[in-house]
Amino acid sequence: MSLLIKNAVIVNADKLAKQPRDILIEKGVIKKIASSIKEEKAKTIDTKGKLVFPGLIDIHAHFREPGEEHKETIESGVMAAAKGGFTTVMCMPNTVPVIDNRSIAELVVNESHRIGLINCIPIGAITKGQNSQELTDMFELKEAGCGALSDDGKCVSDSHLMRLAMEYAKMVDILLIQHCEDHALSSGSVMNEGVTSTLLGLKGDPGLSESVIVARDIELAHYLDSRIHFAHMSLKRSVELIRAAKARGIKVTAEATPHHFTLTEDELKSFNTNAKVHPPLRTKEDVEAIKAALRDGTIDCIVTDHAPHAREDKEKDLDHAPFGMTGLETAVGLAVTELIEPRVLSWSQMAQTMSAAPAKIMGLKNKGAIQEGLDGDVTIIDPDEEWIVCEKDFVSKSNNSPFVGRKLKGRVTETIRAGKIVFQQ
Amino acid sequence: MSEWVKHDLLDLQDMSKAEIEIILETAKSFKEVSSRDVKKVPALRGKTVVMLFFEPSTRTRSSFELAAKRLSADTINIAASSSSLSKGESALDTARNIEAMNVDAIVVRHSSSGVPQVLSKNLNASVINAGDGCRSHPTQALLDMFTIQEKLGRIGGLKVAILGDIRHSRVARSNIWGLTTMGAEVTVCGPSTLVPPEIEDLGAKINYDIREVIRQSDVLMPLRIQMERQQQKFLPSLREYAKEFGIDKKKLELAKKDVIIMHPGPTNRGLEVSAEVADGEYSVILNQVTNGVAVRMAILYLLLGAKGKSIEGK
Repeated sequence: MSLLIKNAVIVNADKLAKQPRDILIEKGVIKKIASSIKEEKAKTIDTKGKLVFPGLIDIHAHFREPGEEHKETIESGVMAAAKGGFTTVMCMPNTVPVIDNRSIAELVVNESHRIGLINCIPIGAITKGQNSQELTDMFELKEAGCGALSDDGKCVSDSHLMRLAMEYAKMVDILLIQHCEDHALSSGSVMNEGVTSTLLGLKGDPGLSESVIVARDIELAHYLDSRIHFAHMSLKRSVELIRAAKARGIKVTAEATPHHFTLTEDELKSFNTNAKVHPPLRTKEDVEAIKAALRDGTIDCIVTDHAPHAREDKEKDLDHAPFGMTGLETAVGLAVTELIEPRVLSWSQMAQTMSAAPAKIMGLKNKGAIQEGLDGDVTIIDPDEEWIVCEKDFVSKSNNSPFVGRKLKGRVTETIRAGKIVFQQ
Repeated sequence: MSEWVKHDLLDLQDMSKAEIEIILETAKSFKEVSSRDVKKVPALRGKTVVMLFFEPSTRTRSSFELAAKRLSADTINIAASSSSLSKGESALDTARNIEAMNVDAIVVRHSSSGVPQVLSKNLNASVINAGDGCRSHPTQALLDMFTIQEKLGRIGGLKVAILGDIRHSRVARSNIWGLTTMGAEVTVCGPSTLVPPEIEDLGAKINYDIREVIRQSDVLMPLRIQMERQQQKFLPSLREYAKEFGIDKKKLELAKKDVIIMHPGPTNRGLEVSAEVADGEYSVILNQVTNGVAVRMAILYLLLGAKGKSIEGK
């Protein structure tokens, strides 16, 4: 069955179309884009008043399966992603057990094929068990379907091991994603270090824990002429280091989350464990730096770092509650409200940071744009709809979001993957 | 004297001078009760006070328990080791279960900052903070202020020095808030690894020169050095700490003639304070313990709706 999208104002990374067009998707591929297409057999949707984006791509989420299915399963995670407008999601390997071998990677691949809905690509671990001791079998992980490698949740702390990982991954031709955190500096912390942590008597993480690893890995990438991608950047200082590295031609890319361009450490003042996240929410100055970096391309893309946790886990005290917050279902609303509305980004830059750039970083050649011949992945957004984030509306198994109660503008109305409507408001 | 309105005692950060004065004034009357032959008034008869301690404590817990008992309230103690906490129940869960037994006040101590705030948001019972993480220990600060006022006749205008591990100290934070609200000038002094510069945002001054601090202060309050801090490498050695920052007889020669030495206890004699100073003529450490009961009686009395009633039996 083919799908015809009528009156589509197409938002691609390179431009926002002036005239509405019709888009015909056949056999999962964008067959034709023209000012008017007639195709009576096709299922037709009209997108008047809405914006039509290439399917959004989140290269950083946590789907808890296998091992912690009470927080999220691949199925519930994929449904949350579809609702959030994502047609491709890459899930991090810190499951139980860790995605560090073929069988676990295949479990994720097979389960996401069974569900269908959207593309779900596993990310394998860099080190076995994410223990920073031995490298994983990278050729095999790639063959099993892993789209990248990361020890996310933990940093590859050992500089020598990281060097070896970068050398080996370059040969395998697979991207490494670093969770930048010097654990010796951040140990025991629950929030950003500064006036607020001192006031609250909570152990702080100096931003230093992030920037020293960013600096180190930039040096490694430079020395080895290798690529490195930095996960969830939170700091002004990190942005400065990345900007300088890019100017020198070093192959670094970076991502930021909606919570790091929206919230500050002040969220912790109410001891809300849903605001406990890694890296921690930082200061106003850092939030502004992240926004500026998204605007000038220093930070390439937006990711959710969707990290679901069950209510009983988050109901613990701040020292014992786990890190992380959900993000798939609020990302578009936050991007529109916090970046588009205040004119930090244009609509095209939103298509860039949430689709084209992640597709490019991950080498997803048929994705990231609405263009004849590419995959029929499309996200339709009502730019004007205002809505309030409600706990009961989450389709994720968890609702640990600090944004509950917040009014957002911009909402996903349809998510289309390979020409099939997988979510409709 | 204005009227008491607070339902919980969480910290001193948001407490006004007038409110602190009400507590200190009320505590005066209760100090007298503890000196009687029959140390009991019926003010809180029929009320239930639960001591919910997720962290070990001897002094604070027994002080609260005596305070409640001297007001004729019924008390029970729940210590982390003897309850279901080890089975993974959260503090809030435990507190909800206890509240379901119709208790009037929960006195809580927890190793994590903010737990009393979270309990107070979710419970109807009065929540009294008996120490949370590194954040707050309001009753300790109140009994310290009571003792200062009793010994020196005032708080406003005094120079108070808090010495030692400021970084990890809830006693320091509560005292900085309380004492500055009451008009005292607070200086903190200790090794730079244990005195975060941000502490000045709370209203204290930092001075790393212990001798100068001793010279100019009316009150010296060395804090307990926790032995595990040295394992965390905050200190080169306990020996160096004792030599440089410990209050001994020799350093005390620099002090004002009417200086008082306070300590929230328990003391490491020979470390932050020498035995002869802790037991010496300037020390008011045991007075603090005595006053603790009176101050906690005042807090329980004010919080548990005794408003308007006179202190019976007086």
